[in-house]
Amino acid sequence: MLDAFTRIQLPLVGAAQPELPRSVGRWIQHSQGEIWFCALVFSAVTLLICVITLAEAHPLLQSGKTIKNINYQISANCSRLQNKVSGKSKRGAQFLTELAPLCRISSSDGEEYTIYSCIRGRLIEVNENILTNPALLQEKPSTEGYIAVVLPKFEESKSITQGLLTQKEYEEVLLKRRSSAS
Amino acid sequence: MSPLTEKDRPIIQLLLSTGTCPRCVLRFCCVGSQMLYRHPHEELLKDLQKFLRNSHEEEGSVCLDVSNPPCKRLRLEPGEEGASDRNCNVAIPHLPGNICNVCLGVLQEFCEAGFVKKVCQKVNSADYQFISFVFSVSLPPQLSVRERAAWLGVKQNLGLPFPEDDIIQLKEAYKWIIHPQLSEELGVPADGKVFFSAFFFLRHILSLLFLVLDSLFYFTLQSVFTRMAVIKALEKIKEEDFLKHFPCPPSSPKNHCDALEIQCNNGAVFVAGRYNKYSRNLPQTPWIIDGERKLESSVEELISEHLMAQFKADSFNFSSSGREDVDVRTLGNGRPFAIELVNPHRIHFTTEEMRRLQQAINDSSDKIQVRDLQLVTRSAIGRMKEGEEEKTKTYSALIWTDKAIQREDITFLDDIKELKLDQKTPLRVLHRRPLAVRCRLIHTMRSEYIDEHHFRLHLKTQAGTYIKEFVHGDFGRTKPNIGSLLNRTADILELDVESVDVDWPPTLAD
Repeated sequence: MLDAFTRIQLPLVGAAQPELPRSVGRWIQHSQGEIWFCALVFSAVTLLICVITLAEAHPLLQSGKTIKNINYQISANCSRLQNKVSGKSKRGAQFLTELAPLCRISSSDGEEYTIYSCIRGRLIEVNENILTNPALLQEKPSTEGYIAVVLPKFEESKSITQGLLTQKEYEEVLLKRRSSAS
Repeated sequence: MSPLTEKDRPIIQLLLSTGTCPRCVLRFCCVGSQMLYRHPHEELLKDLQKFLRNSHEEEGSVCLDVSNPPCKRLRLEPGEEGASDRNCNVAIPHLPGNICNVCLGVLQEFCEAGFVKKVCQKVNSADYQFISFVFSVSLPPQLSVRERAAWLGVKQNLGLPFPEDDIIQLKEAYKWIIHPQLSEELGVPADGKVFFSAFFFLRHILSLLFLVLDSLFYFTLQSVFTRMAVIKALEKIKEEDFLKHFPCPPSSPKNHCDALEIQCNNGAVFVAGRYNKYSRNLPQTPWIIDGERKLESSVEELISEHLMAQFKADSFNFSSSGREDVDVRTLGNGRPFAIELVNPHRIHFTTEEMRRLQQAINDSSDKIQVRDLQLVTRSAIGRMKEGEEEKTKTYSALIWTDKAIQREDITFLDDIKELKLDQKTPLRVLHRRPLAVRCRLIHTMRSEYIDEHHFRLHLKTQAGTYIKEFVHGDFGRTKPNIGSLLNRTADILELDVESVDVDWPPTLAD
């Protein structure tokens, strides 16, 4: 599961939306397996801010899927909704490893998908809007339907950007996969 | 010698006999008359000796009159036995060349005309414009020890109950003496409130004094002999211990203080104005990441380099009523700013000279323009900062939409008044600001249709509104936003600040 990451980097200045004209330099990383998750990586000076979203290839974004439930309660005593940060240094944030689950999303066909952080860092916020409006996840997966915001450690910022793929490289990977599948 | 009274007599006698200078004697007699300290050194010495002699001539009457116990106590002291006259004679050989055992010469040669001349030469050669001055002195730390020893000596020998705080501070007495002389020589008044100051550092080579004290200080004095460390240590050492280890009053030194250096410092002056920024490639302040410059210049530098050269200042601090992003232009009347010039050599500028300075800045770059450049006071700058929070700003934004728009699709924006926004801290600044939801108002909007995918929006907003995020929504984190209002995806292509509505600094006629 761990290798199934997609990461995209956006420039700091300008648009937040990846499909907009001014957005350049989006990066996506992947090794083998399915690419299901996407981290929009903002390079704010030398520090990164990562917005975790579903990637294009995620089953939930394929046609015919309906989202039934989104649950940020990832275990009996840990809910991502309880995450509170304070101050400039974002004290009190839950720390996430790449494997840490952010939430579980179940679809009407009975499948349940766990959304992983993909990025090591502190959890800044989760998107509560998708709880009231789950359709956002499918309609605007890379903007308003984001899952969470993660702030990597300063010293790990560089290694996170290294080995990322651009949007173009990601598309090529998807293309290759589709052609080999068919 | 009017301020001196009978109770001072034994103090004068004791201190003069141990090699204390007459001004320090006056200090220990708690004489608060500034004029008295300004009398020439020799004259003061003579006067003190006369005061003592007079008392002995009239011994019968005066001493009987006063009949103060300290006198008796004094006579009981070993070495002080015998005729008082002889004690007096011990004091008389006190030569002007002797270094005072309390002040190490601070109130002696460092008050003389020769020294004052030297200071003034130094100050004048530093080439400063100033209208008044204050002279500060940094004294060797060991003077605190000597001061304590002298006081304990007086207390021990004479049993006088006056508190240590009543002694006139050495620094204070020194300023009483030196300020009028410097004032005359420099031709400007001494005034603690204003501008120019000269720091003067005195040093005394570590004399025997400290070697003797070393053992005593060992546990109390942590590191080096800094002034604070010495004062702290003195507070901790018990009087008995001090008396045991150190001669009280202190013994005469072999060396006087050395004048180490003189530092001149002019109070900061402040220059204010408004700037326009016409470049989308120019940050307000130097943009340096990991010690590497991202862009070669900045608004701050383009303005300050001229001011620095003219005011001949050491450094500067730039502040402004808010700031704009590197890719945002500031048009209209510009953004108020103020620059603090630290330690300027030149401070007098006529209106005409300021005008020329402004012209020089404007001629040197087409990326920025400056207006209303003027000298202001420090307190006036507060008005600029108030504006940062309270005042309104107007912007002009070029907006792109994904789906085609018609003229009538955007006209409704013009009717929206006082639109309330909930803005979460934008992702792009989240790394340096706390996460919060802030309430901001868009007072008015006016749209200008360009084509199916572009329009221009003029906004008047509360200070502190993030405009870029209001347009693209920042992942739905600013609500509502232009995208949600138009039911489309919107993004911002260009942003200009049209006005920063702060009525400071005052507008100047051209």
